[in-house]
Amino acid sequence: MRFDTVIIGGGLAGLTAGISLQEAGQKVAIVSAGQNAMHFFSGNFEEIGTARERVSALFASAGVRTHSSDGWMLMPMGSMREVSLTLDDVAVFPDKHVAEKALIVNYTGFHDFYGTFLAEALEKNGTTCRIRFVRIPEMEHLRLSPSEMRSVNIARVMDEHWEKVVSDIRVLLKDEDLILLPQVFGLKDLSVLDKIRTAFPARVAFIGTMPPSVPGIRTQMLLKRRFEVLGGTFLMGDEVTSAAMHEGIVSSVTTRNLDTARLFADHFILATGGYFSKGLVSTPTLVNEPLFGLDIDYPEDRNAWYDPDFFADQPYLNFGVKTDESLRAVKDGVPLQNLYAIGSILGNTRKADYGSAAGLAIRTAFAVADTIKGGNV
Amino acid sequence: MKLQEFTASAHNFEECMKCTICTAYCPVVPVNPRYPGPKQAGPDGERLRLKDPYFFNQALKYCLNCKRCEVVCPSGVKVADIIQSARIRYDHTPPRLRDRVLANTDFMGRLARPFAPIVNGVTSLGVTKTVLDVTFAIDRHRTFPKYSGRSFEGWLKRRAKEQAKFPKQVAYFHGCYANYNYPQLGKDFVKVMNALGIGVQLLEKEKCCGVALIANGMSQKAARNAGQNVQALQKAVDAGLTVLTTSSTCTMTLRDEYPELLKVDNASVRDSVILATRYIYQLIESGAAQLRFKENYRARIAYHMPCHLEKLGWGIFSYELLKMIPGVEFTLLDSNCCGISGTYGFKKENYEASQAIGKPLFDQIRSVNPDFVACDCETCKWQLEMSTGYTVKNPISILAEALED
Ligand SMILES: Cc1cc2nc3c(=O)[nH]c(=O)nc-3n(C[C@H](O)[C@H](O)[C@H](O)COP(=O)(O)OP(=O)(O)OC[C@H]3O[C@@H](n4cnc5c(N)ncnc54)[C@H](O)[C@@H]3O)c2cc1C
Ligand code: SF4
Ligand code: SF4
Repeated sequence: MRFDTVIIGGGLAGLTAGISLQEAGQKVAIVSAGQNAMHFFSGNFEEIGTARERVSALFASAGVRTHSSDGWMLMPMGSMREVSLTLDDVAVFPDKHVAEKALIVNYTGFHDFYGTFLAEALEKNGTTCRIRFVRIPEMEHLRLSPSEMRSVNIARVMDEHWEKVVSDIRVLLKDEDLILLPQVFGLKDLSVLDKIRTAFPARVAFIGTMPPSVPGIRTQMLLKRRFEVLGGTFLMGDEVTSAAMHEGIVSSVTTRNLDTARLFADHFILATGGYFSKGLVSTPTLVNEPLFGLDIDYPEDRNAWYDPDFFADQPYLNFGVKTDESLRAVKDGVPLQNLYAIGSILGNTRKADYGSAAGLAIRTAFAVADTIKGGNV
Repeated sequence: MKLQEFTASAHNFEECMKCTICTAYCPVVPVNPRYPGPKQAGPDGERLRLKDPYFFNQALKYCLNCKRCEVVCPSGVKVADIIQSARIRYDHTPPRLRDRVLANTDFMGRLARPFAPIVNGVTSLGVTKTVLDVTFAIDRHRTFPKYSGRSFEGWLKRRAKEQAKFPKQVAYFHGCYANYNYPQLGKDFVKVMNALGIGVQLLEKEKCCGVALIANGMSQKAARNAGQNVQALQKAVDAGLTVLTTSSTCTMTLRDEYPELLKVDNASVRDSVILATRYIYQLIESGAAQLRFKENYRARIAYHMPCHLEKLGWGIFSYELLKMIPGVEFTLLDSNCCGISGTYGFKKENYEASQAIGKPLFDQIRSVNPDFVACDCETCKWQLEMSTGYTVKNPISILAEALED
C-alpha cells in the first residue's frame, strides 16, 4: 500500500503532523498501537512558544476550542501553573488569587477529585472555600462497582443530565464568586461547557481530575476525526513491527495486522512517544528505540540515569533519539534520509529549539510537516 | 512455585496500568449499569479470580466481545480475551434452550432450509414473534434472518467442474450465513473471483466457525468445530490453496479465537485464512489481476467497519476496494459498535442496550443518507437494516454488482 507519508504513532505529535500534511494534499497513513498520552492531558499545552497561533487554528478546524492568553491555571492538587495556551475547558486566572470565596463541588463517592487539597491551597492565597457534594439518581448505577466512579463514566452521564447538577448547585451557592467543579463535562457534547458556565452568577472553573482526562480524550477523538475527514487513513490498534531500510532510506514498514501488505511511502515520521508509550524502552542495561535502533546518548553508568530525589529533574527524561538539523533521525551516526522523529521520543534532546511536553510534540510536528511539504514543491 | 500460579495469566493482565481507557471506549458501559466494564471485568477481576473462582461475576455475560477495549488499550492487554476466557473457565451454568437454538447456527440452518418458505413465513408472523418473545425471550422487535431454500454449498457443488477450469484456485470458507441465509453473497464472491481469473472450491468439510457457541457458553462444542475446521483448512493449505472468507467475524474466530479462547492450535493454517477483500486488494495492487467496472455505475456508499474487522485491522482493504470503483461517492462512518454482536441483540434482556449502543451509528447513517451502507458483517447487516431502514451490502456484493458484464 502506497502513501506519501506514513506516521508511526497517533498521539498529539503524529496527529498534528498528519493533519498538516493531509491539509496540504498529501496521502497520509497513521499507524497507532492503542491510545496515548492525550488521555492524561491536563489541558495545558506546555512550552508552546511561537506555535501558539498556528496550532489554535489547526485545532479550531478540528472543532477543538483553545484559549490563548497568558495567566495561571489551577492544578488538581491546588498548585498554580503559568500557562499561555490551554484547551477552552481550562479556566485561566490573571493571578494566583483566584477569588474571594469559592464553592468546591464534588460528586459523592468520586475519589479522583481532591476538594480538600484544593481548599487548603486556595485558602493560602486568600480564598475562603466551602466544599459540598452532590448526587443525582442518574449516576447511582456507577456506584454498583466501586472502580467505575471514574471521570469518563461520570462525563457520559453529565452529557445528558448536567441540568440536574446545575439545579443542585444553584441551591448550594451562597455568596461565592467562584465555583470549582471536576472536569467531567463535554465528552461528546461540547456545548455543555458553556451552558454550565452561564448558568450561575459566579464564575465556573473546571479542575482536572485523575486520569483519564475527559478533555484529553475528547481532543484526541476530534483530531483523529479531522484527520479522517481530510482523507487520512488511521490504523487504530495496529503496530509497526519492522522497517525495510536500504542505504539510509526507509522504503516500507510492516505492521502486525497488515503483515504482507507493507506500507510504502516517500517519507516516514516516527512519533511513537517516550517510555510511557514504548517509543523508548529501557532495560537494566540499555535505553533503546526498538523499531529502527536509532542512536540515543545516555551514560553507561545506570546510577547516572536517575536522581534518587524523586522530585528532582530526572536525567532519563533527557534521553531521546538523536536527530539532525531538520529532525531526521540518526542511526549509527548518520541521519536517515527520509525518517523524521517528533514528539516525546526526542526526550529533551531538542529542548533548546522546540521546548518539551505538548509544545515539543506540536512544534516538531509542524517543523517536519513543513520540511516534507517544502521538499514536494 | 505456587506464587506463579496466582499471578501468571495467559492473557497478560499483569501489563494493565489501570488507566481505564478501555472503560472509556467500551460500548456496553454507558448503556448497561449492571456491566462492570472491561477493566473491572478483565484485568482487575482476573487477579481476584486467580486467587479464588468465587470472585467470578455472572455480569461478564454482558460483554459483547467486540474487542474495542483491546484495540484502544495502550498496554496491549487482551482485555476481551481475559473476559471471555473467564466465562469459559468459571461459568458452569448450562445454557438455556433459547441460547442453544440461537447458537447452533449451522444445525438450525440445515433443519430450516428444506422448509424455508414455511419457516420464514412462521418466524415473520406477529403471533410467532410474540410466542418467541414470551416463551423464548427472543425480542419481538427482531426480524429473524430468512433461510434460503437452497444452500450455497449445493449451488457451488453443481458448478465444481466449471470452477476447476480456472488456472488459479482458492478455497472459500463461506460460513453459515452465506450457506443458509444468503447464498447470494457466496454467488457474488464466486462472480468476483472468476472475474479475476480464479476458481472457487469448497473446503472438504466446513463446520460453523463456532463464534455463537462461544458466546452462548458452549465452548466445548465450539472447540470440536474448531478442531474439525483446522483439519479441513489444513487439507486446503496442503493443496496449496489460500482460504478466503467474506465474514469478518468468522475470519477473526478462525484466526484468533481458536488459539486464544479455545486453545485449538491453528498455527499452520492461520496465515492462509484471509478476508476476500484483503486478498483481492493485494492482488490488484500487485498488478497480478484487474477488475473492470461498469462505466455508468453510480453509488453513494457509507462504510461501517464491523468491530471484529477493526480488531483484525483489515477494514482498510474493504473500503479502499470500494473507493476503486469509479462512480462511488464514499463516506467512512465513525468507529462505533452497531450493538447487535451476533446473537446478543436477539435476546430480550439485551434488546434495549443493543439499540442504545447502536444509536450514534444509526443517527450518523441517517444524516449521511447514502444510497446504501457497506459492511462486511452479516449480523451488523441485520441490525442496521432493521434499525435504519437502509440496505446493507457486503463489499464483495458491491464489487459484483459494479463489475462490467
Ligand atoms: C501521563 C502523561 C501526561 C502528560 N500530560 C501533559 C500535559 O498535560 N501537558 C503537556 O504539555 N504535556 C503533557 N505530557 C507530555 C506528552 O508527552 C506530550 O504532551 C504529548 O502528548 C506527547 O505526544 P506524542 O505524540 O509525542 O506521544 P504519545 O502521546 O505518547 O503517542 C505515541 C503513540 O505512538 C504509539 N506507538 C508506539 N510504538 C508504536 C509502534 N511500534 N507502532 C505504532 N504505534 C506506536 C503509541 O501507542 C502512542 O499512541 C504528558 C505525558 C504523559 C506521559
Ligand atoms: S486500557 Fe489497558 S492498561 Fe488501561 S485499564 Fe484497560 S486494560 Fe488496563
Ligand atoms: S469486548 Fe467490547 S463489550 Fe466487552 S469489555 Fe471489551 S469493549 Fe466492552
